[in-house]
Amino acid sequence: MFSNPDLLHFIFGRLSLDSLPFHEPILVVTFAAVVLGGIAVLGGITYFRLWGYLWNEWITSIDHKKIGIMYIILALVMLLRGFSDALMMRAQQAMAFGGSEGFLPPDHYDQIFTAHGVIMIFFVAMPLVTGLMNFVVPLQIGARDVAFPFLNNFSFWMTTSGAVLIMVSLFVGEFAKTGWLAYPPLSDIVYSPGVGVDYYIWALQIAGVGTLLSGVNLVVTIVKMRAPGMSMMKMPVFTWTALCTNVLIVAAFPVLTAVLVLLGLDRYADTNFFTNDLGGNAMMYINLIWIWGHPEVYILILPAFGVFSEVVSTFSRKRLFGYSSMVYATVVITILSYIVWLHHFFTMGSGASVNAFFGIATMIISIPTGAKIFNWMFTMYKGRISFDVPMLWTIGFMLTFVIGGMTGVMLAVPPADFVLHNSLFLIAHFHNVIIGGVVFGMFAGIVYWFPKAFGFKLDPFWGKMSFWLWLVGFYFAFMPLYVLGLMGITRRMSQFDDPSLQIWFVIAAFGALLIAGGIGSFILSIVVAVIKRDKLRDETGDPWGDGRTLEWSTSSPPPAYNFAFTPVVHDLDAWADMKKRGYVRPTEGFLDIHMPKNTGAGFILAALSLVLGFALVWHIWWLVIASFIALVVGAIAHTFNYDRDYHIPASEVVETEDERTALLAKQQA
Amino acid sequence: MKRMLSKLVRGVTVTSMFSLLAGCNLVVIDPSGDIASQQSDLIIVSTILMLLIIVPVMALTVFFAWKYRQGNKDAEYDPEWHHSTKLEVVIWSAPLVIIIALGAITWVTTHTLDPYRPLDRIDAERPLAKDHKPMVVEVVSLDWKWLFFYPEQGIATINELAAPIDTPIQFKITSSGIMNSFFIPALAGQIYSMAGMETKLHAVINEEGIYDGFSGNYSGEGFSHMRFKFHGLSEEGFEDWVSKVKSDENFLGRSEYLELEKPSIDEPIHYFSSVDPELYGAILNMCVDQSKMCMNEMMAIDENGGGGLAGIYNVMSLTYDVPRMRGSQPLPESKSYVATLCTTPEGGFAGDLNALPLFDRVQASDRAMSFAPSGVSTGF
Amino acid sequence: MTMANNTAAQTEMPVFYLKEEHHPETGTMLGFWIYLMSDSLIFGILFATYAVIGQNYAAGPAPTDLFDLELVAINTSMLLFSSITYGFAMLQMEKGSIAGTQLWLAITGLFGAAFVGLELYEFHELWSLGATPMRSGFLSAFYTLVATHGLHVTFGIIWLVTLMIQVAKHGLIPANKRRLMCLSMFWHFLDVIWIGVFSVVYLLGVLG
Repeated sequence: MFSNPDLLHFIFGRLSLDSLPFHEPILVVTFAAVVLGGIAVLGGITYFRLWGYLWNEWITSIDHKKIGIMYIILALVMLLRGFSDALMMRAQQAMAFGGSEGFLPPDHYDQIFTAHGVIMIFFVAMPLVTGLMNFVVPLQIGARDVAFPFLNNFSFWMTTSGAVLIMVSLFVGEFAKTGWLAYPPLSDIVYSPGVGVDYYIWALQIAGVGTLLSGVNLVVTIVKMRAPGMSMMKMPVFTWTALCTNVLIVAAFPVLTAVLVLLGLDRYADTNFFTNDLGGNAMMYINLIWIWGHPEVYILILPAFGVFSEVVSTFSRKRLFGYSSMVYATVVITILSYIVWLHHFFTMGSGASVNAFFGIATMIISIPTGAKIFNWMFTMYKGRISFDVPMLWTIGFMLTFVIGGMTGVMLAVPPADFVLHNSLFLIAHFHNVIIGGVVFGMFAGIVYWFPKAFGFKLDPFWGKMSFWLWLVGFYFAFMPLYVLGLMGITRRMSQFDDPSLQIWFVIAAFGALLIAGGIGSFILSIVVAVIKRDKLRDETGDPWGDGRTLEWSTSSPPPAYNFAFTPVVHDLDAWADMKKRGYVRPTEGFLDIHMPKNTGAGFILAALSLVLGFALVWHIWWLVIASFIALVVGAIAHTFNYDRDYHIPASEVVETEDERTALLAKQQA
Repeated sequence: MKRMLSKLVRGVTVTSMFSLLAGCNLVVIDPSGDIASQQSDLIIVSTILMLLIIVPVMALTVFFAWKYRQGNKDAEYDPEWHHSTKLEVVIWSAPLVIIIALGAITWVTTHTLDPYRPLDRIDAERPLAKDHKPMVVEVVSLDWKWLFFYPEQGIATINELAAPIDTPIQFKITSSGIMNSFFIPALAGQIYSMAGMETKLHAVINEEGIYDGFSGNYSGEGFSHMRFKFHGLSEEGFEDWVSKVKSDENFLGRSEYLELEKPSIDEPIHYFSSVDPELYGAILNMCVDQSKMCMNEMMAIDENGGGGLAGIYNVMSLTYDVPRMRGSQPLPESKSYVATLCTTPEGGFAGDLNALPLFDRVQASDRAMSFAPSGVSTGF
Repeated sequence: MTMANNTAAQTEMPVFYLKEEHHPETGTMLGFWIYLMSDSLIFGILFATYAVIGQNYAAGPAPTDLFDLELVAINTSMLLFSSITYGFAMLQMEKGSIAGTQLWLAITGLFGAAFVGLELYEFHELWSLGATPMRSGFLSAFYTLVATHGLHVTFGIIWLVTLMIQVAKHGLIPANKRRLMCLSMFWHFLDVIWIGVFSVVYLLGVLG
């Protein structure tokens, strides 16, 4: 039976034993480590009988706080993967000089830089942003949960399925060797006949569904579920940036979905959208993918701007300077981000007027961004600044980001872009804004809201270590790339001829090691905090002493229902206003609270999508059909479940709230 | 005067800001071609313009952070101060002014430095007559090497480019398949090369020397080695170089090109002393293989409403990429189509093509080459 | 909701929380509307694609060679009728008549199925001529745009059948009414998209 190739092909599609990369020692070792680690974790879960807990409390949870936390855990796990790719690239480029091939053949190196880009954007930055918004937004607007709690759970698991599919490509088959945006014709079936691009397409499609739905969810949440009294211009700035980001998600991700469908059709059905032959047009792909890609940049950075706004006013113990100009700046950036996509390919030969238009439109974005920087600066003015870890990240951001902004405007001048495009200068620029902006912002946010999520602060010593290593490491890693870019060195090279360049790559590799230390310190700051949690405990709910928005008015961690009574908002910075005007926390009169019920449907549907994606990658058609039918039937079956909510009885609320009353009383005593 | 100023600015910037980097060749800042020099000026001018605002911002950030630190009880503390119309006007208008200045510079330079625009000067002191004729070089990016045609000299080279100094050059650029980017940092900015399309670049090299050229856009496995040397030569030096290329009897025609087009990595330099004059046009129109319909012909048919129902089965003569059977794994099942339009049989590659599974029955055709559509528009 | 006015707030304590349960209005319709907007962007991209490569016949057939306007006109009327009959179903729903709702839903579903059937017939005819999506950029864009719409209609029919079962099972409870409203928006949305397809692809293709 096993000698029948047709049958084997029917059962396994393109998949065969040769698809497993036994010839790559790096991968074999990694695989062994992953398997051992996996066995240890699964064994541990079984030994401590945690499966039931995990399933009931986390996997099926529709609580926005737990889903937010799970997003961030996913992002941190994927950060380790994406960063190991970065380390390998830095090592390769520091070694491969003067005829030396380095330790990575082009075939492997090309997969690594593609995977690095895809993972860092889609499975690190996006889940960090989405996770933070998920956790914080309902608390900031005084809501019990998001508008569609089940969809929220489903979105998370779809994102995770996409991440899992990418991880599978590490050990089964290969990943794309096309760069993170998979430009055709290189990504067409003719030039990339392997499974790599298919992994790319399906991982992003699956995760994209999750992102889009979570975008819809959060927009509706912010528009419909704000506490009474919270008009748009009384929303916290982070909520504003979350709103703009999610509007951008809803308006941009369908474009990605559509363009990947078209690329997929070219690969699977021999159509001619982006081919060289038969009337295809590859330039159309490049335009379309950047119509998604440029807003994506702002999808990532806007929430980081929101975090900085919250952090800078909390730690300056002062109201944010220029709230309304901050809001208008955010909205202007949101709109402008849609009309600048062409600056990613000035070198494709559009006319001078077209290039100039897009160049100037790009520069205009720097005006509201500049205004924001000034606003943060003047928030510090006449403040009382304490340099807790989130504030350090913020100041590090303000100093670093302006450099990235400057090089960004340089790249927006088309004739300058002709010499800087695709060079290491470009690489340095976007890492400057993504690390200096998004990553610093997300770390600031995590440190800032961690005590809210878990009831104790992160360890400040390791937090500071993490900040300084990241900051210094960033400058060591990327300033040399600016220089190399000005020396005319292009990106994505696996080998170099000129030995005089080596020193710069060695410095960059050293910087990457410092950043590795920064990541390690961050993990340590969590571990140490867990060990010393009693010392770092927050019993007030307002651990930084001067929280200004509603999330600090409830306990840390908040109860499942967030607020025993829905708050009424009178002013911007509602919690600061409540404290100032002598708000007294209610201790009686609690009612039953209406809450959504947990469900496993999201997890199951996402798991089926993962199977579908895998089957599509490997052309296992029977499994494609089976999993697709299962997916449709499963989705329909879920709609037959009308029993989706329950009430937390008042007695339980009383119990929870009494506990907090006692805790607060102890504090005051 | 303006030139002196720009030289001065460049000199000061290069020596002061980059004195740390002495010893390394910042070719983008200090190039040898007039176009690249103007691009470099632009980088420096835009940097200075932005530093006008960025330096104060960075300084004030550090100053405020230090002055209003918690420990400094002498500093004023005003938790309610959150609005000042005057300040807000300043913080919006300061970046606005810079961007207006930079935007104006951008608009002008994007037009003057448009790669499609013929040069109007050799350098700042030597203007060119309007009707000057530039030297033409036709560039083709192959996997993974560069092919250069010199139509005026009737020669071609692989992975080596040369030009006399102070002579305006017009590059016509296309690709055999994958998108690359033609880039010689010392000479001028880059421009993409794309199959079935032609992009253009006008430039001039002002100093003798050997410069690096390469692909700026990742194109697959052999990308790292897709490099060549660009020789900026004196008038006599260039003539010597041309005769050197011509010294070996080596012809580049259609069949040689099809051999050459196959992917190869780290290809050595080749010289071709004579060239089929129609070859570049055929490459551009993706019809070197004479059984293929040329792009310009296809576009002309489409312009007139397509090939009708009769054209449905004419696919074989239209596919260019697919028969090349690339990559490590065979393609999924191939279609078998028959060319019905082309009925003039003529030896050629019919034999070779019959060996490909894609072509059940092949009739190659002899096709009168028409010139490529010169300004195929790219982008939107 | 009770809002303390600002002058009172100076002297007495403003209200900082609601003593009653807070019931924010449901966001389902807004959420679904936003989803439809994002879906229309997908169609927007497919229209744009058609605009860019829709004249790239690759020396193959053009719209005039292929499209049968009469067939498409019949097809269009099927979809337009189905939108009207869906409207009747919604009127019956407002009246609270389960039987009436179900009847009109069934008729809507039949019109929808006729639409999909005619579209498949058209595809089959084109395919047997050899005008497949693989033939040219124009045909790739044509099939993808039209078939994406057809797939939406197909899913609409599956959804409609599901809802009919649910209405039969639970009656016109608020949850089911909300779902019928969503499907209604979806159905009319597909109608609007089809008018675009009909005008841009078929009419402009044959007459333009």
